[in-house]
Amino acid sequence: MSVQGNSILTVNNIEVIYNRVILVLKGVSLDVPEGKIVALLGANGAGKTTTLKAVSNLLRAERGDVTKGSIEFRGKRVDKMTPPELVKQGVVQVMEGRRCFSHLTVEENLLTGAYTRKVGRAEIKRDLERVYAYFLPLKQRRNSQAGYTSGGEQQMMAIGRALMAQPAMILLDEPSMGLAPQLVEEIFEIVRDLNQKEKVSFLLAEQNTNVALRFADFGYILENGRVVMDGKAADLAANEDVKEFYLGISSGARKSFRDAKHYRRRKRWLA
Amino acid sequence: MLFFIEVLIGGLLAGVMYSLVALGFVLIYKASGVLNFAQGSMVLFAALSFVSILAMGVPFWLALLLTLAIMVLLGVVIEKVVLRPLVNQPQITLFMATIGLSILIEALGQMIWGSQVHGLDLGINDIPFNFYGVFISQFDLFAAGCAAVLVAGLSLFFHKTKIGRALRAVADDHQAAMSVGIPLKHVWTVVWAAAGFVALVAGLLWGSRLGVQFALTLVVLKALPVLILGGFTSVPGAIVGGLIIGATEKLAEVFIGPYFGGGIENWFPYALALVFLLIRPDGLFGEKHIERV
Repeated sequence: MSVQGNSILTVNNIEVIYNRVILVLKGVSLDVPEGKIVALLGANGAGKTTTLKAVSNLLRAERGDVTKGSIEFRGKRVDKMTPPELVKQGVVQVMEGRRCFSHLTVEENLLTGAYTRKVGRAEIKRDLERVYAYFLPLKQRRNSQAGYTSGGEQQMMAIGRALMAQPAMILLDEPSMGLAPQLVEEIFEIVRDLNQKEKVSFLLAEQNTNVALRFADFGYILENGRVVMDGKAADLAANEDVKEFYLGISSGARKSFRDAKHYRRRKRWLA
Repeated sequence: MLFFIEVLIGGLLAGVMYSLVALGFVLIYKASGVLNFAQGSMVLFAALSFVSILAMGVPFWLALLLTLAIMVLLGVVIEKVVLRPLVNQPQITLFMATIGLSILIEALGQMIWGSQVHGLDLGINDIPFNFYGVFISQFDLFAAGCAAVLVAGLSLFFHKTKIGRALRAVADDHQAAMSVGIPLKHVWTVVWAAAGFVALVAGLLWGSRLGVQFALTLVVLKALPVLILGGFTSVPGAIVGGLIIGATEKLAEVFIGPYFGGGIENWFPYALALVFLLIRPDGLFGEKHIERV
């Protein structure tokens, strides 16, 4: 896929090593066009979260290091910035597992998202109302302790919190985790809404390939720390291999698991 | 009855003194989830610095400001040199680091200022005054006033300010706090500086009570039952816990003590804390451990 000129985020051939010995990403390149939703797909341990954390620079706190390649946000190198600096530039990560501040109220959680912004109370208040408009259930629970809210509400809170920083781009890690299918659908619809109305670009890591490809514009498939396939979401969804391995739709008759495993071993992508 | 009230009030006021030390723990525990074992050494260091600067002939208020500056600086240095490299390490690692710190600070204080015992006179008479037949220590009342102001200030700070909110966010999940753009170093610097300030207040009051000497670091041990009772994360809890510990230990000493041959004041708070741990491990006001199932 070649999208030139208007990409908001470009990751060039990055390599990530944890603890100085464990090679996790082996040359990942990707591109997020301005105003689009890009999905990062793959199994557990493929390197989705690591890719997101490499971009948001949360890796260093986990003893991970980007040892090769470069990351550019709007044409500017960002791989040496601290997470707060990056948030100021307009890139916020919503971490896997929501990670709400459980002893703060819902509203306080949202307010922490505006930490890096130097604006008056009135403007913060206006933004708060804007976030509530997208996430209606949060408004009713604004004064409850975040730790006691439901998983769906926490996911909304995490995205709303990121939104309070007025980002140009959100790195969304596994938003569907532990949520009922209906809620997953609802969250993704809000993501699409934010993308269209607030012009926020998204790079989202997701195991739920089916939902992710329906809502994303482009997709990348990671396996073992490498991009093995990429393209328009619709094309990926129509691809036979993706159908077989990630969407669970087999061509023809039902297969036994043993056959699938065998087939899989034969056709393993080695990029 | 009058005697009972007198013991009770004496105990409550003594308890406030414990609360002052406990407050320092609460501050750091709230923001980093670590029990700062070095709080006692910081109390000693603050008091020692203050009397030594005073002894050089520096006027009282200037000495106070200088000591405050030293304590803030100490906090900033601790954050930079010790804590920042330990981000995302297990809590026990941080705890061990603070034990090391406490020994280092004690040694440092005595290296710089010497180890002799100093007297400290804050200019408040410790003559009890008669209030409707009950004798109350003026000094204790003054200490209680200081504590009240500190608590009110800290509560407002934690709940009404942007940085206070950030502090609580960091305490809950420091990686998530980083992800929304809260700079950990600022937050921790602020907290350690604040803990240095609280240590200064506690150091001055305790120092003028006991004399400025090595034993000041042991005052921390009395703060532990206070924390267990009040909760490690609650500023008001530190005060209420202190009041309960102070009052019960004095009442127990006077009224139950004789049955045990006296001297129960020293262990009674710990026994109380142990019982309390069984009933309410989060303390009276501590943040509940939230567990979703």
